[in-house]
Amino acid sequence: MLYLYNGALDVPKILKEWYEQEAASNYGAYIPFVGTVRSEDGIEGLSFDIYEPILESWFRSWQERAKAKGAVIKMAHSRGDVMLHESSYIAAVFSPKRRVALEFIDTFVEDFKTSAPIWKYDLKNGQRVYALERSTAIQGSGILANKIL
Amino acid sequence: MIRVEFLGPIQKAPLELEITNLSELATLLQADKELSKWLTNCAVAVNDTLVSSLEVSLKDGDKVSLLPPVCGG
Repeated sequence: MLYLYNGALDVPKILKEWYEQEAASNYGAYIPFVGTVRSEDGIEGLSFDIYEPILESWFRSWQERAKAKGAVIKMAHSRGDVMLHESSYIAAVFSPKRRVALEFIDTFVEDFKTSAPIWKYDLKNGQRVYALERSTAIQGSGILANKIL
Repeated sequence: MIRVEFLGPIQKAPLELEITNLSELATLLQADKELSKWLTNCAVAVNDTLVSSLEVSLKDGDKVSLLPPVCGG
């Protein structure tokens, strides 16, 4: 399941809800990853834009990959502002045995960082500044710059 | 009419264009100085599906989206 929230995530509540959703599903492993906003470069926080239609189709493809391994993937992300030491991102995998979940969460989060249509901004001196240097062009980018013959 | 949307940090209002393929869109956008810096690093989606080539024809009512570099989490 994919969960989007306005502002910071309530981490204990979400982790507890997900735990309870799968408590009787006979999974041996629950591996969560929680992303928290750190103090660096004088930022006051981060802010996020999300394009939901493509995020949803991207996430569905990962749900299918998880299902093929007998696992379940869940993800929560913030829209808008998230301040220092708050959390903007949680992903978790449930699987019958730990190895599948440990490997899957790694592959999933790496693809999330380079493919999920989410844009990050630094909140600094009251401005919202696009974090271009920390962003990654989605695979296949640049076709509109091709020379037209 | 084709609707062209600029997502995330690209500060540009949507366009409504009479075009029939992505090559025509590329020609139009390359002439826009304010946009040309984005074209090298934007992905393109037609009706919310990413495409990897300009060899895509467009029909009335289609939506084209430009997605600049991403950084979730």
